[in-house]
Amino acid sequence: MAVAQAKIDALAARLDALDLPHGGFTRAARAEALARLRATGLPHRRDEYWKYTDPASLIAAAAPAAALFDGQEPPVFDTIDRLRLVFVDGVFDAEASDDPALAGVEICRLAEADAADIHWAKSVYGVLEARGQDPVSRPLAALNTAAATDGVLIRATGRAAKPVSLIYLHKSETSDAILHHCVRVEGGAELTLLENGPAAARFNKVLEVDVAAGGRFHHVRAQGRDHERRAVTHCFARVGEGALFKSFTLTANGQLTRNETVIEIVGDNAVAHVAGAALGDGRHGTFHHDDTVFVTHDAEACESRQVFKKVLKNGATGVFQGKILVKPGAQKTDGYQISQSLLLDDDSQFLAKPELEIYADDVKCSHGSTSGAIDETALFYLRSRGVPLEEARALLVLSFLADAIAEIEDEAIQQEITSRLEGWLARRR
Amino acid sequence: MALEENLEVREGVDRETVETVQNMGSYKYGWATDIEMEFAPKGVNEDIVRLISEKNGEPQWMTDWRLAAFRRWQKMAEPRWAMLNYPAIDYQDQYYYAKPKSMAEKPKSLDEVDPKLLATYEKLGIPLKEQMILAGVEGAEDAGERRVAVDAVFDSVSVGTTFKEELKKAGVIFCSISEAIREYPELVQKYLGSVVPQSDNFFATLNSAVFSDGSFVYVPPNTRCPMELSTYFRINAENTGQFERTLIIADKGSYVSYLEGCTAPKRDTHQLHAAVVEIVVLEDAEVKYSTVQNWYPGDEEGRGGIYNFVTKRADCRGDRSKVMWTQVETGSAITWKYPSCILRGDDSQGEFYSIAIANNAQQADTGTKMVHLGKNTRSRIVSKGISAGRAQNTYRGLVSMHPKAANSRNYTQCDSLLIGDKCGAHTVPYIEVKNTTSRVEHEATTSKVDDDQLFYCRSRGMDEEEAVALVVNGFCRDVLQALPMEFAMEAQSLVAISLEGSVG
Repeated sequence: MAVAQAKIDALAARLDALDLPHGGFTRAARAEALARLRATGLPHRRDEYWKYTDPASLIAAAAPAAALFDGQEPPVFDTIDRLRLVFVDGVFDAEASDDPALAGVEICRLAEADAADIHWAKSVYGVLEARGQDPVSRPLAALNTAAATDGVLIRATGRAAKPVSLIYLHKSETSDAILHHCVRVEGGAELTLLENGPAAARFNKVLEVDVAAGGRFHHVRAQGRDHERRAVTHCFARVGEGALFKSFTLTANGQLTRNETVIEIVGDNAVAHVAGAALGDGRHGTFHHDDTVFVTHDAEACESRQVFKKVLKNGATGVFQGKILVKPGAQKTDGYQISQSLLLDDDSQFLAKPELEIYADDVKCSHGSTSGAIDETALFYLRSRGVPLEEARALLVLSFLADAIAEIEDEAIQQEITSRLEGWLARRR
Repeated sequence: MALEENLEVREGVDRETVETVQNMGSYKYGWATDIEMEFAPKGVNEDIVRLISEKNGEPQWMTDWRLAAFRRWQKMAEPRWAMLNYPAIDYQDQYYYAKPKSMAEKPKSLDEVDPKLLATYEKLGIPLKEQMILAGVEGAEDAGERRVAVDAVFDSVSVGTTFKEELKKAGVIFCSISEAIREYPELVQKYLGSVVPQSDNFFATLNSAVFSDGSFVYVPPNTRCPMELSTYFRINAENTGQFERTLIIADKGSYVSYLEGCTAPKRDTHQLHAAVVEIVVLEDAEVKYSTVQNWYPGDEEGRGGIYNFVTKRADCRGDRSKVMWTQVETGSAITWKYPSCILRGDDSQGEFYSIAIANNAQQADTGTKMVHLGKNTRSRIVSKGISAGRAQNTYRGLVSMHPKAANSRNYTQCDSLLIGDKCGAHTVPYIEVKNTTSRVEHEATTSKVDDDQLFYCRSRGMDEEEAVALVVNGFCRDVLQALPMEFAMEAQSLVAISLEGSVG
């Protein structure tokens, strides 16, 4: 009872610090989210779903301060031709952004569109998030739906001419950003969404993606390298018949990151892949990275894949909570899940909970999870071929992460991510 | 019974064949013994706890220990995290103590035991007639038959323990726990609750307060227990919960293999069984603990059946100690059971082999915990879950590598097999790694009975049920092989019987 009360009290304190927008077409969704939130309260350390990650700093009334990072390096994706939309500490920067006109895509800002009562995004905003609240509640996503100040609404009606790129800059040490994006990929359309940057001292982001039958959606993100930033992100996806959903996340640094991906496969023959590579070094304070994934199969002959790799050192913590739920009747499901960690020292830890919940008999589901140190034999082999120790280590770390990076379909983007990793690994010597 | 008579007269039919056919496809231990019982009043309170303690002739420290547990239990909430769906249990609506009237005076030897009780165990296939077996020892050993000492627990009391004297010669103490509390208080006081503390969890705490009997084993240093030890639990009385407590202590360099079996009559109401098993393994000692759990599973509609909430834990305290859990779980309406290993000593080893079969309306949530604390500790988990009918089967496990458990290894394999499209198979593993030098590997798969394998068997002339039984036995082979021989045979036929009627 004490815990339940603490969760409600935390919510009251958090809501006091917020100025809740009224909303236009989002009004009903915001009110509903708030009502759900009042019933559950905010997450608590004692919640089973937060067993391995302490949500205290994510739910605090004010954002804990985070110093800015000066990596003296060009931002990720700079080499990629893309449409840029820039947010500074959660506020849209029109000057720094490109003109949002792009063949095959309609783009508008949530803050502007929300003045109207009618919008295509009404069928997405807060709708997929609400569906993702069962069987496990995700109060921070509900908080986002109720309190989001801005975001982008993207509707792909054809093949997008180039990727849409969301750039999140962090310029204030105490910023607290809440952004909510909605994406709808219409039947037969295709869109690539890129995201990069730390966004704010504390960032709460929700991305809702509705992929209609035959649509294709690619998502690649690089979370900012500011050591002290904190982020909780949710991606809610609904994947239709024969559609494709692919998401990859690269995380290096950040004091606390919780990335939740909730995928609901509703059409037959659909494919959903979600992958992540995280490099954590605890020497700048703490590094705590949590990937929480929930994939629901509710259609026949669908494929899902989860590939998560973590490299941890100096007291870093890696968490993986993944679940595949196969509903009754979702026959011919092919579900796969792998979570692996490479621990580079004794202070670091890997905590995993890979779950399967299956109610159909003609399925193929498997999961694997491993944890261990760098393979000494492989290291010896490389050294005996004349590769210096540190370089050999970096090589083995890269090869460990390779399976996750291979989930990126676009070769140029895959190359960009790989070269960034090589650079970071080289400079860490 | 009438059927039996009819069949018996038919000529040319082997009596054994008739029995086998009759036993197929049904729960064969579902009969009840009609015997006069003495009950404590229904429900649980401090007076009942005191009464149980008094009935067992316990010293004051034991009564106090029970009362402390009971007071704690009253403040605890029943855990609901398992993937089990059952109506609330009314803890005041059952008997916590039931004892055959004929046991009012504790029999001095097996000869004095009520013949009705002996007949019950005879019918279960557990002979309590030590003399006869002893008489036939020479011949039996030649035939490759091994001797097994049995402690038989009937509802709340231990009926008798065989081979006590012979075991005593080897220095092994094997008796009921109530007797151990009276005869060996220093051992009990030292180890009871040291592996599963009073406050461990809701069901273990309830057990600490009201356990009525159970088995006690002490194997002295450098002793290999001369025979397998076994406890057979039988619930007979209606509306009665069984709460037994087992304590096994393997002193330095010793070895013991322990078997546990359980059955209950068919009843329309659910019955509660909340046991605690504590195993202490000292330096270089080894304990094998095998269970064939065959409590009444309820009927096809889910009426009746045992609610089985069990806490089993082994503490590998000494260096190079080893414990091996093997379980075949085919019975119970609800199974909530996680035999665990605390690998405290350096180089200690824990193994867990499990087959859990759930058919009809059964629900099983079972698995293990491997807690690696010492250096170079090893653990291995092989779990096979089979679901059929409308059953739900969950593997739930924890593998934890503490920062000081350098160079430790764990290998986990959990496979699930689904028969039919209305059942469920779930896997909930927790993996916590807190040092670099340890290696943890976890694999899990879920599949259905392979059509190609079935087709092959059918094309060789087997009927469908036989074919499924064969494929399932192949699926379980890794675990069946870990069982002692007598158990393996029984388990193998149980696997086939439990799935009877699940195909087609």
